[in-house]
Amino acid sequence: MSDAGGGPQAARAREQEGSFEFVEGPTGDLTFLARAPTLEGLFTAAAEAFLAVTLEDASGLEARERRELALEEPDLELLLLRFVNELVFLRDASELLLRPERINVTQDGVARLGATLAGERIDRQRHSLRSDVKAATAHALRVAEVADGWEARLTLDV
Amino acid sequence: MDTKLLERKSECEWWIQPTGGMRVPAVLYATESLIRDMDEKVREQITNVAMLPGIVKAAYAMPDAHWGYGFPIGGVAAMDVESGVISPGGIGFDINCGMRLVTTNLDWPEVQPHLRELVDALAERVPAGVGSRGFLRLSDEDFEDLLRQGAGWAVREGFGTPDDLAHTEAGGCFSGADPECVSEHARERGLRQVGTLGSGNHYLEIQVAHAEGVHEAGLARAFGIQRPEQVMVMFHCGSRGFGHQVATDYLHDFLRAMPTKFGLPVIDRELACAPFGSREGRDYYAAMCCAANMSFANRQVILHRIREVFSDVFGRSPEELGIRCIYDVAHNTAKLEEHEVAGRRRRLLVHRKGATRAFPPGHPELPPEYRETGQPVIVGGSMETGSYLLAGIASGAVSFFSTAHGSGRTMSRTKARKLVRGRELQDRMAERGILVRTASLRGLAEEAGLAYKDVEEVAAATELAGLSRRVAHLVPVGNVKG
Repeated sequence: MSDAGGGPQAARAREQEGSFEFVEGPTGDLTFLARAPTLEGLFTAAAEAFLAVTLEDASGLEARERRELALEEPDLELLLLRFVNELVFLRDASELLLRPERINVTQDGVARLGATLAGERIDRQRHSLRSDVKAATAHALRVAEVADGWEARLTLDV
Repeated sequence: MDTKLLERKSECEWWIQPTGGMRVPAVLYATESLIRDMDEKVREQITNVAMLPGIVKAAYAMPDAHWGYGFPIGGVAAMDVESGVISPGGIGFDINCGMRLVTTNLDWPEVQPHLRELVDALAERVPAGVGSRGFLRLSDEDFEDLLRQGAGWAVREGFGTPDDLAHTEAGGCFSGADPECVSEHARERGLRQVGTLGSGNHYLEIQVAHAEGVHEAGLARAFGIQRPEQVMVMFHCGSRGFGHQVATDYLHDFLRAMPTKFGLPVIDRELACAPFGSREGRDYYAAMCCAANMSFANRQVILHRIREVFSDVFGRSPEELGIRCIYDVAHNTAKLEEHEVAGRRRRLLVHRKGATRAFPPGHPELPPEYRETGQPVIVGGSMETGSYLLAGIASGAVSFFSTAHGSGRTMSRTKARKLVRGRELQDRMAERGILVRTASLRGLAEEAGLAYKDVEEVAAATELAGLSRRVAHLVPVGNVKG
């Protein structure tokens, strides 16, 4: 379980937990590689990658609104795919940009995620918007346990 | 791409003969230089497409093909309706992403003094970028009608004319749409997005048809390019979040059902598919038709906004300004079509992902005024290099009457952003006479001309390959970028 809220301390906690970088992928899209010591950190890093594509600067996003999320999928890869697609859905349907404030990921026959997402509504005066992620895709999708934790590769259709 | 791995059949036709799990050959249409510059991944992906159950004749890659997910962008595959599959990855997430080309009776010297005003007004009236919302406030019932009726809904609501529908592929409506097959998530995403451009490579452009850019004067006249330096409007957009959610939902369902219910191997998760005759396959087709209709309605409403803007700026009615839809064509769909295969007429489900239908002269689905010319085909180039108007021809039967849809990327967005700064690009384009309004400077950098193939070469390759013929090159002067 992790606590990754909106303030500076929480942002530092997120940095300690996971990281992401954009790598080469299908030419029209954006592919990122996320790494973290824990599954929770990995999913949080994936959410940060989504926000980094969406906003010029995601660090100023404040925890003004919250949504609960519970997902279940046959494996961790489909769970990550579904999780990022839920963030995309909430952006379009409710104009909300959210990141995990509390998250729990388990794998026991099936993969499950429980999270409290926190963030705020899109405000064009305050938020400098960047690219419109249309979907997370299953292209070369990978979630793997590595020596120092977990690694994921995900391609965003933009 | 390594040409040694391909069998060259003619100047613009390269084959991969069936090996391993391939059920049919793969055929790539491109000049040698386009093939050499093409991603190696295109070969891998078109080979995977050739393995899909029920594929007929061959898997095809168009001259603008590039690395996509599942199918390459620029991929075409026709499936037998009895034994074949339907694949969201063969259609693209942005279902019925497409192009619409609109003509005016204005010439460039008349428009030039008003360009800034026009571009600013278009940017305001046609929202673009992240989270953009349209001006329409639709009830759930309105939205269901829109999903069933497509562009016809928009025209009935006062956003266009019957002539617009006559100049839209399939009359602006895919029959077979069933809103019952669409998730609540998709409805919630799409409800307020009608009339919006989106982002990425979507754009709305004011263009000029210079006399020297006209390849076939007779065809150009027949399509409505009738005076020197005539001003046109071209735009590129699709079904927005709605289509993406439909694709996401069904891709997820298909992945779960493939190994268990259908006993199908998952070659690549983005090639997830279901037998077309299965409940899942039919449901996806009905939902895809809804998304295609949402996209046709979206482009119809955007045309209405363009008419409003031009009318306001020039103080004349859209009729007086001769604002007329030349054609609206989809490039991300699966369609039920009849084609001749080995001397026999067959009903096929033709997947075109980043590929355009290009019916030849005489085809019964074309409106009367295009029966002798063949179908207008709109190929969107990069915002720096311009676009092309092509026409369908009889020899296009080789690829189920399919041709290119754009320039095709040569470079990833990540790499383009490292090489180009958005502000500098915007300034450079202004110096060259192209005024750009963008929702995101980083997004602009990702769409720089250097990230794309040469549209001239792509258009010429379609002609050399016998897929379509060149009619006119259109030059951008003002661009609203998503």
